[in-house]
Amino acid sequence: MLTFENVGLRYGNGSEILSDLAFSITPRSFQFLTGPSGSGKTTLLKLVLMSLKPTRGRITLFGKDAETLDKDAVTEIRRRIGVVFQDFRLLDHLTLYENVALPLRVIGRDETSYRAEVLELLRWVGLDERIASRPSVLSGGEKQRAAIARALIVRPELLLADEPTGNLDPTLARRLLRLFVELHKSGTSVVIATHDLALMDQYESARRLVLADGRLHVFE
Amino acid sequence: MRARAVWCSRTGGCMSSNDAKSPPGLRRPSQPSGQGPRDAALEETLGRETPLVPTSSIAGRSLVIVIAIMTFLAALSAGAALMVADASVDWRREMAREASVQIRPLPGRDIEADVSRATAVLVAADGVRDVRVYTKAESEALLAPWLGQGLDFAELPAPRMIVVKLDEGRRADLDALRRELAQAIPSAALDDHRLWVERLGQMARTVVAIAALVFILIVIAMGLAVAFATRAAMVGNREIIEVLHLVGAADKYIAQQFQRRFLVLGLRGGFIGGVSAMAFFLFAGYLANRWTATPDGDQLEAMFGSFSLGPLGFTVVGCISAAAGLLTGFMSQEIVFRQLRRLDGAE
Repeated sequence: MLTFENVGLRYGNGSEILSDLAFSITPRSFQFLTGPSGSGKTTLLKLVLMSLKPTRGRITLFGKDAETLDKDAVTEIRRRIGVVFQDFRLLDHLTLYENVALPLRVIGRDETSYRAEVLELLRWVGLDERIASRPSVLSGGEKQRAAIARALIVRPELLLADEPTGNLDPTLARRLLRLFVELHKSGTSVVIATHDLALMDQYESARRLVLADGRLHVFE
Repeated sequence: MRARAVWCSRTGGCMSSNDAKSPPGLRRPSQPSGQGPRDAALEETLGRETPLVPTSSIAGRSLVIVIAIMTFLAALSAGAALMVADASVDWRREMAREASVQIRPLPGRDIEADVSRATAVLVAADGVRDVRVYTKAESEALLAPWLGQGLDFAELPAPRMIVVKLDEGRRADLDALRRELAQAIPSAALDDHRLWVERLGQMARTVVAIAALVFILIVIAMGLAVAFATRAAMVGNREIIEVLHLVGAADKYIAQQFQRRFLVLGLRGGFIGGVSAMAFFLFAGYLANRWTATPDGDQLEAMFGSFSLGPLGFTVVGCISAAAGLLTGFMSQEIVFRQLRRLDGAE
């Protein structure tokens, strides 16, 4: 599904901030991406999303070399990946319903064709009472669930979540982790970037990808 | 009874919101699906597609005003060029239909006899439709604007004027006629107004060229205004663009979102500018009609004909209005594409 081979990244002429990254994400797998703050977790996720290009090495996504992909192919691959951003990145001028439906809207689907799906997913994450609300009036937990719903609406094969529990209290964080575990069990590969050790301890069987000093260490 | 929400992944696995395994915090409260107090909000929000580029993020009103002013000026320059071009055609057509013969008084010659002889030559010439001899009094009246009223012309060697109407169907050989007149009356001079026609034509072409240049400059200025507004809107909406990219939006889709907003603004500005220009031409035509009997009105009429735009002119103004809107939409889309490519390079 996703392979990094000796990937390195540097900005300008500076030293490499990520070096010799080599790992794979297999289908139906679950892993935590961890490391201290500033270790490059978000940067690594950006490499996966092709928002950043590596300065060396090779990234293979869904069997395709990222270097050789044109813009349309990049867009196609992004549609197979769900992303939960650390800061949610909900669009404030859209309702919760429109935010969650956004990935379907941008691929040109008619609103009536996805209405039932979106409502079902909103019900599933417990936000069906808030569909007309704007993100600005939602609580942190509600925004988090809305962001997750938006990531899931396209039924991604790979889900990337960047510090998904960073803004939540421990109880809600535990609940969200259970949600991700359930997603994994339903067939989605999950990568959760977090530096919350307590969260990881709750799911010890997950792989751990540890970033430190720009290098990645994999603990199966 | 609790509603059961089921969600299935692409790989086939399904989850239910009230499965024992489902996160309890995420289960929805017990309420039948699709019923209850949320129905009103549901109906209100469903089926609505809020523009992805927020209306408030574009300096819409300012842009509409700028486009309206630019369209108005472009329509004015185009309308003026059209009127001058039309008037020029009228001038040239009118002059091509007419020539004049001037008989100067010479010592020892009977000017009345010369006038009669010249009239006979002109009437007999091929391609001459009508000959009108200005009487002595009429000829002297033509000099009045230069020499003043009440002057005794008896002492002055005032020339006599003969106006010749030419047949449009049969072209007269004016060179042959000029030679024939010169042989018959040494003091006769035939003027076919060619010099005037050439000068007027040159002047009309210059005016039209200047108007075209002004028009082009206005269009460039409008394009630049749209470019600045689009870039500003993109900078203001950079985060939205980034989110749209990451949720799988193609560049074309993002560009369309901006294009729609700008197209609406452009059409609105173009409409206001076009209607204002049409109103201006109608009002100017009305005023010109009222002034027709005055010297100022006569000068205006000489320059711009009837000073009315005509159906073609109004059609051109309408097209300029529509083009302003379309140009705005097209420009914004192109700039968004270019900026997106630049953003990609920066990423």
